[in-house]
Amino acid sequence: MQPLLRASDINKRFGGLQALSNVSFSIAAGQIYGLIGPNGAGKTTLFNVITGMTPADAGTVMLDGRELGQLKPHAIAQAGIARTFQNIRLFANLTALENVMVGRHARTRAGLLQAIMRTSGQRAEEAEIEARAFELLRYVGIEARVNELARNLPYGDQRRLEIARALATEPKLLALDEPAAGMNPTETGELRTLLERIRSDGVTLFLIEHDMRLMMRLCDRVLVLDFGRAIAEGPPREVQQDPAVVAAYLGTPTP
Amino acid sequence: MMKLDLSARLPWIGIVLVALALAVLPFALAGIGTTWVRITNLALLFALLALGLNIVVGFAGLLDLGYIAFYAVGAYVYALLASPQFGLHLPFWAIIPLGALVACIFGVLLGAPTLKLRGDYLAIVTLGFGEIIRIFLNNLSQPVNITNGPQGISRIDSFRLGDFDFGKSEMLFGLNFSGPIKYYYLLLLVLIVIIVVNMRLQHSRIGRAWEAIREDEVAARAMGIDTTRMKLLAFAMGASFGGIAGGIFSSMQGFISPESFVLVESIMVLAMVVLGGMGNIWGVILGALLLSFVPELLRHTIEPLQRSLFGRSIVEPEVVRMLLFGLALVLMMLYRPAGLLPSAVRRRELARKSVEP
Repeated sequence: MQPLLRASDINKRFGGLQALSNVSFSIAAGQIYGLIGPNGAGKTTLFNVITGMTPADAGTVMLDGRELGQLKPHAIAQAGIARTFQNIRLFANLTALENVMVGRHARTRAGLLQAIMRTSGQRAEEAEIEARAFELLRYVGIEARVNELARNLPYGDQRRLEIARALATEPKLLALDEPAAGMNPTETGELRTLLERIRSDGVTLFLIEHDMRLMMRLCDRVLVLDFGRAIAEGPPREVQQDPAVVAAYLGTPTP
Repeated sequence: MMKLDLSARLPWIGIVLVALALAVLPFALAGIGTTWVRITNLALLFALLALGLNIVVGFAGLLDLGYIAFYAVGAYVYALLASPQFGLHLPFWAIIPLGALVACIFGVLLGAPTLKLRGDYLAIVTLGFGEIIRIFLNNLSQPVNITNGPQGISRIDSFRLGDFDFGKSEMLFGLNFSGPIKYYYLLLLVLIVIIVVNMRLQHSRIGRAWEAIREDEVAARAMGIDTTRMKLLAFAMGASFGGIAGGIFSSMQGFISPESFVLVESIMVLAMVVLGGMGNIWGVILGALLLSFVPELLRHTIEPLQRSLFGRSIVEPEVVRMLLFGLALVLMMLYRPAGLLPSAVRRRELARKSVEP
């Protein structure tokens, strides 16, 4: 079966730093796919390449058999990859609801003239956008915060809001950059439930995370990056035992 | 039930009262002097300009210091096609949309190369653009005389619909409708249309996309918003409004020259937007009216006041105006940085603080 996402031989260099070298992997539909590695291994760079924010020097990314090539970030979002950011990037001065409503942009059509004339189609679409946005806030469990400004939400809720906003674009693949960062164990547990629910609702997940316990429980497969190279790939249990991975995290034992 | 009915009707009562007041206003002003009708017309014109700039600055968050250039483009398109300059006298309903279109094209011309710029850098480029347009208008009298250079273009046609001429007085329904009064109603109508367009845009998919770009461009892109297109759209919309205002200005004044479109005018329009409350339509209109009327009030009070007190004029009204203007801006930045009527976003933020314990 054709994988949902296939990345082949991705290379990216920043000046003298080879941030990614010949990274290849593929994600099957319905998986929760993890990306781990020490700090500076190139995880976020790989995310940026896949979401079109950083153009790769070489390599191809295919989503559902379609080459993403040099598509711009907005076109990639429209093609079906949504993401969240390591340092939360919400629209701080908009309400929670408005944030998610912005996420509907990619899946709605009303243009300038329809908005100015306020056609019946445009009004129906606006109502649909608002209803869907509210539904998504409920889905991630922050519907009580609907009219609060994003900047005033507690940290954990901001993470959830970012996920709701990304889901509003109806992604095939949801890429989450350290969703559990800064969360306490209870919040992390709740996040795990949410992510599993998102997967069971048909969205494939691709996530960077440092919380190993969470990753071992959640992921079907993980990819390990070290100094821009893929050093291991497979089910978490196997990867955990891999000598190269142990060495990357703990250093090589002196003989 | 009664109470509910009343509260549902209250806004309508308010609207009817305001409409009546606005309808009677020019005649009341004409009683004081036709000058005041003209001043009101200019204030309305500036409100149009400020609303156009508000789309670019307030909604999309793109700092534009050359906005007056689009006003100039609209004004010159009208002047060239409806004056003895080329002997052309096209009807206004054909030229005004054309002026809006040409201004819109200039908006895209300015927008396209500056898409990657933000904040200070964008401000500098737009400022330069504004100056380039003005200098062009100033120098396009040679080798072929197009704009008549610094002398400007005079005897520009007023709007005319059949026998109804906006430049001439006539008696209608037993009332004396002078030229400025006719323009007042026209401007009011255009202003209402532009307010409605602004409000609808703000609460639409496109308005949200602009706000998203203002808040965080990277995140906006990740949400599938084509930021390039949306920014160009903001520039184009703002420019078209400027072009419409310019065409009306041209016909109303009957004379234009590059001097009407200097940098200070751009800054004034921007000050109206900022003072009133960026992103809030009513705030922007309030800002425009204040900054248009207060200087005129000063002009008509400062000098007579000094004469009656000291027997001569000591401080020029212009000096007092700049002094008060500067003071007002400093006080605003200290006490109401979000403007006189902050946008809904800010208001909600304040409301939340007062609700929560």
